[in-house]
Amino acid sequence: MTAATEADAMVRPERDLVARVRAGESIACARMMTWAERGDARFAAVYGEFESELGRARRIGITGPPGAGKSTLVERLATHWRAQERTIGIVAVDPSSPFSGGALLGDRVRMSSLALDKGVFIRSMATRGVFGGLARATDDLADVLDLYDRDDILLETVGVGQSEVDVARSTDLTLVVLHPGGGDTIQAMKAGLMEVADVYVVNKADMPGLEQLVHQLTDTLDVRDVPLDERPPILTTVASSGEGVAELAERIDALDAERRASGKRDARRAANLRLRVRRIVEGRLQHDIWQESGLARTLDERVADGRTLSAYGLADEILNAYRERRNLEGPA
Amino acid sequence: MQASEQPIRVLVAKPGLDGHDRGAKVVAAALRDAGMEVIYGGLHQTADRIVEMAIQEDVDAVGLSILSGAHMTLFPKVRALLSEAGGGHILLTGGGIIPQEDMDALAEQGVGRLFGPGTTLQQLVDYIRDEVSNRRAAARS
Repeated sequence: MTAATEADAMVRPERDLVARVRAGESIACARMMTWAERGDARFAAVYGEFESELGRARRIGITGPPGAGKSTLVERLATHWRAQERTIGIVAVDPSSPFSGGALLGDRVRMSSLALDKGVFIRSMATRGVFGGLARATDDLADVLDLYDRDDILLETVGVGQSEVDVARSTDLTLVVLHPGGGDTIQAMKAGLMEVADVYVVNKADMPGLEQLVHQLTDTLDVRDVPLDERPPILTTVASSGEGVAELAERIDALDAERRASGKRDARRAANLRLRVRRIVEGRLQHDIWQESGLARTLDERVADGRTLSAYGLADEILNAYRERRNLEGPA
Repeated sequence: MQASEQPIRVLVAKPGLDGHDRGAKVVAAALRDAGMEVIYGGLHQTADRIVEMAIQEDVDAVGLSILSGAHMTLFPKVRALLSEAGGGHILLTGGGIIPQEDMDALAEQGVGRLFGPGTTLQQLVDYIRDEVSNRRAAARS
């Protein structure tokens, strides 16, 4: 690098971003992830330059209640696959404070053994820092890691709430991690988490209550009437010691290979793409209605003028105003 | 969306061998409460690990807590490695038991303001916010 381009890169890490990510430059990868995360228009603008190169990496979701040991498990799985020379990208998602909008992202602390390995790229993401939905952002970040030539992309989310479940749906394969004695199983089922599992991992298997939890899980699958050959396997691990991790990784390898061969992986990717496009369209439409058309202000003003308003009446008014501004026909 | 509205990302870490991380945790919580996204890097970090984290996380600022007396080696080392890795735009700040003359010497080497005992959390929040918004504005112009 000449002095001029070096100085330029210092204030403008954006230069030639796609080529630099492709070439494996970590700071370029990090900056493109920031674009993606923030919904920066520049991301959508360069997306076409590399879209056709995507899809090579395996995308694996790791979700489950807080305290189940997801970060430690991610570290162990990454270490296992690194030993086979596979490169790893990790996106660790943590919730933001609903009050300040700030976040404390601490997953890296549990992944510190991977810190100096150039074959591992770790990115922390806060749920509310993203523009236009968590699932949209994680899809985009995974794409950047795919372009950055990672073999395996691990997406770690706290499995509570619809947005996190959506993330789990946008992967090739999802692990639901639970731990005994937490009393979390029933809560997790309420959140719709159980339906997204391709593999159940009962972590902290050295804690009391293991058998009970495995029984509960089996019962849940019985109640849902899932055919025996389609049931997600239940594996046990002790991530802190590494026990059961190799078996889990091999099971994931086998399941992925089987789904590639049977066409199931491609079918799932097609379904994921459909959902993703819907999310992008809906996100843009929202932006167009509220921001571009200025109707967010209209709404504020109408509510502020103090007269009694009907919620549905006002919604109709907003939609009619939007159609008028965009020269659209109303519903028949 | 304007870049200035984007949350500030800060890496908070403790290099070196001393294990007193209460200060770092209090600062991390205060920055979060001020609306920042704080990546907590934990204890006993080496300079190159800190820089690797800062680069991958695309942070605006790195805050180091150093109570061991090793500030005259650690701050310049992190500053140099950050710039070498393309993170010349990243603010390096921090705190600890650091004599004023050392703070002045480190400032000459491109380290940002350092905070000693008696600093309020608000001073720290205001400094990072102002400094980062200046740097973002400079990068846009």
